[in-house]
Amino acid sequence: MGLPPQDQAASPTPTVESGGAAPVLSIEHLSRAFGGVLALDDVSFAIEQGEVHGLLGENGSGKSTLIKILAGYYAPEEQASLQVNGRPVRLPLAPGQARGLGISFVHQHLGLVPELNVLDNFIVGELAQGRATRPVSWSAEARRVRGILESFGLHLDPRATVGELSQVDRARLAIVRAVEEIKENLQGDGEARGLLVLDEPTVFLPREGIDQLFALVRDVVARHASVLFVSHDLDEVQAITDRVTVLRDGRLQGTVRTAETSGKALVAMIVGKDLEEFEAEPRGGSDRGQALVVRGLCGGGVEDLTFSIERGEILGITGLIGSGFEVIPYLLYGARQAEAGKVALGDDELEVSSLDPRRMLEGGVVLLPGDRQLLGSVGELTVGENLMLPVLSEYASVGVLHPRALRKVSKGLLSEYDVRPSNPEAIYHSLSGGNQQKALLAKWLQTDPSLVLVHEPTQGVDVGARQQIFAMFDRAAREGLAILCASSDYDQLARICDRVLVFGSGKIVAELRREDLTKNNIAERVYGAMSLNPQQPEDPNG
Amino acid sequence: MASDTVNSTLPEGSPPPYDPRGAGSGSAGESVRKALLTGVSRYGLIGVWAIVIVVFSILRPDTFPTTANLQNILGTQAVLLVLALALVAPLMAGDFDLSVAFVMAFSSIMVAKLNVDQHWPILVAMLAALVAAFLIGTVNGLLIVGLGIDSFIVTLGVGTLVFGFTEWISNAQTISGVSPHLVEWVLTNRILGISMSFWYGLLLCFILWFLFQYTPLGRRFLFVGFNRNVSRLTGLRVDRLRIGALISSSVIAAIAGILYVGSQGGVEPTAGQSFLLPAFAATYLGATTILPGRFNAWGTFVAVYFLVTGITGLQLLGVQNFVQNLFYGAALVIAVALPRIFNRRRASEEAAAGT
Repeated sequence: MGLPPQDQAASPTPTVESGGAAPVLSIEHLSRAFGGVLALDDVSFAIEQGEVHGLLGENGSGKSTLIKILAGYYAPEEQASLQVNGRPVRLPLAPGQARGLGISFVHQHLGLVPELNVLDNFIVGELAQGRATRPVSWSAEARRVRGILESFGLHLDPRATVGELSQVDRARLAIVRAVEEIKENLQGDGEARGLLVLDEPTVFLPREGIDQLFALVRDVVARHASVLFVSHDLDEVQAITDRVTVLRDGRLQGTVRTAETSGKALVAMIVGKDLEEFEAEPRGGSDRGQALVVRGLCGGGVEDLTFSIERGEILGITGLIGSGFEVIPYLLYGARQAEAGKVALGDDELEVSSLDPRRMLEGGVVLLPGDRQLLGSVGELTVGENLMLPVLSEYASVGVLHPRALRKVSKGLLSEYDVRPSNPEAIYHSLSGGNQQKALLAKWLQTDPSLVLVHEPTQGVDVGARQQIFAMFDRAAREGLAILCASSDYDQLARICDRVLVFGSGKIVAELRREDLTKNNIAERVYGAMSLNPQQPEDPNG
Repeated sequence: MASDTVNSTLPEGSPPPYDPRGAGSGSAGESVRKALLTGVSRYGLIGVWAIVIVVFSILRPDTFPTTANLQNILGTQAVLLVLALALVAPLMAGDFDLSVAFVMAFSSIMVAKLNVDQHWPILVAMLAALVAAFLIGTVNGLLIVGLGIDSFIVTLGVGTLVFGFTEWISNAQTISGVSPHLVEWVLTNRILGISMSFWYGLLLCFILWFLFQYTPLGRRFLFVGFNRNVSRLTGLRVDRLRIGALISSSVIAAIAGILYVGSQGGVEPTAGQSFLLPAFAATYLGATTILPGRFNAWGTFVAVYFLVTGITGLQLLGVQNFVQNLFYGAALVIAVALPRIFNRRRASEEAAAGT
């Protein structure tokens, strides 16, 4: 597999800083299964004192499962063991137990209350702990908090409303609060060292904010605690971490020293080898006409985006989370308001600000959202009810539904799209993920659209259904349907797409055509997106 | 996940692995058990109702199981039935309407005032009350949907406002002497010995059942109530549907008000309050039967008459008046708690089964 050196992570060599002291955190044989599938498979690694340790991996690699086990949300399988500061800790951890051990978390959404001020947010944890009626001296607290923030180089007014702070200051506030929590919890335990877990803290930050954040992280590591830095952004991991642990498909790929490992080697560890070439026959030719032309689209982190999609084409869009690709289906459907830009749909030119789902549906555009539970369906209702919702008026005369016709048609659709059971009366959420998605595909394709916008179409879908969905896309494209597929599943994109646009920081940074479409090529462009930017895109104007 | 590896070992063109959930589930015994469970949850309330009837018939054989009592039970509580039915559409579409009881009192005062003091023809007075209710419903809708304020607080405020108006225009006095035509057509005319008001309520029940069950409108309300995002992304006019439901509840509440005035011949301004809780109790209890988990017209019908039967029986036993509130309150609490308990048990069973 050509892995970089130091593959065996269970017994890392001591780092320079720690001088042989016990690791802050040491995990061994950590596994966790969901419904028979291992989300984490025998993972072992250790975080030394005074290091920034990166945790890298794609979506679904097991990163978040690992964090959730530490946070006490999930229990690991039995054989796992955990040591904190060299002392064994019994698993599973209870929610909040890690805090008492000196492990604090800062999640992507920071856990701040934007309506309250800096002081309230800072001491909310202490207020939650103490006696409910203990009087609070607000001016003394304000002085204390200001002092703490200053000691980290943060010049914030404790009375400022958090919602009005910049993104970076909010992130730094959350980090300082977490560090203070660690210090408090470790008081009176001279030996123990703390651990700050940063779970994708930079996703919402502008570039220039990241440097400020990293300065704070270095300060924290130097003076207070080790840091576990969870990310899928390679550049950032290379910039801030001392060592990196990489997960793929729930398995440990290795723990390596960042300085000794190239970006290319890290990408190889993250995505693995191309296991197979995609099989679909090439589709169609030229002169099919444009299904959709997008000009100057702005909004949701996307800047001045221009691209088009032909009839009968499957266009993939991808990038890291936060690069903007994932909002595009929602912007184009009017599910989320865009700021500026125009779309041409057939002969109609529309301002994006005027887009709404109803209008797009009339224009033959449909959306299969990534979140089936919250945006795609009503799980408590039946499959038939979900399936037929968009076409009810076609099965009604003088405003009265024909239940028999509805039942017959929905039964037919369910067997055509191989939804099992093909029973329209079944409750939608009792179906497996794959069958749920096939039913939604049937729901929309029966309206005979000209453009399908999809987001992560095979997330939570079993292998067999995944193949079937690919085949359905392929068949629909051959019949002239245009499909825009936003996904971070490179394997999927390589299999089904005619063309893939790679996004970085809200812009297209590369365009890959059919002949270059392999899982690895896409991954390299995606992880290279940050470092390539803002240089020339790979294939300008394709 | 492991999917990638499985994928790669799958020979090309092989059929997809069979999804075990699709298989005809379980043994015959299990399907019988399932059918039984569905039956119990669907018709359980009717069963309890029957038991209540039997128990009271045994305890009070002379006064309870009589035609006169049946006619009385059905005839006198039609106002509550109509008011409870008014709540079905907005609750289905996911919004509270606490103003219905006040709108009901307002429209009955309006009819009485316009007819008795202003000498308007009764039909014109009724029409005016319906128009006023339409406007109140529109205000509710615009505040809730247009400004995005919580329906609970909007309808509480608007309802209180309407109550204030009701007291104002009536000088907080009872108004009596409403057109005998109305009284005739609501109370004294009977079919099968039951007042017309019952038959109007039954007719409304039919109409709503048909609308909710056999038109696209009903399905749309259902989806809007369960998930507004899904509805919007499927092209439903979510805002219009919600406003429409709130207007319909006000207008139906006004119909309840007209029936109220007709069955009493007059009206006191505080008439509305005592109806609010029973109406909610009935709609929520109704959502546990016939179509469990969904607010529905026939369920509401069953629930109203179940509650009324219970209270009438208790009164015949000589129990004091406060028992009404005990009964309605308990029914509402049980109606909202029961499905939760049921669902939790089902969820834990599913988890145990490893699905």
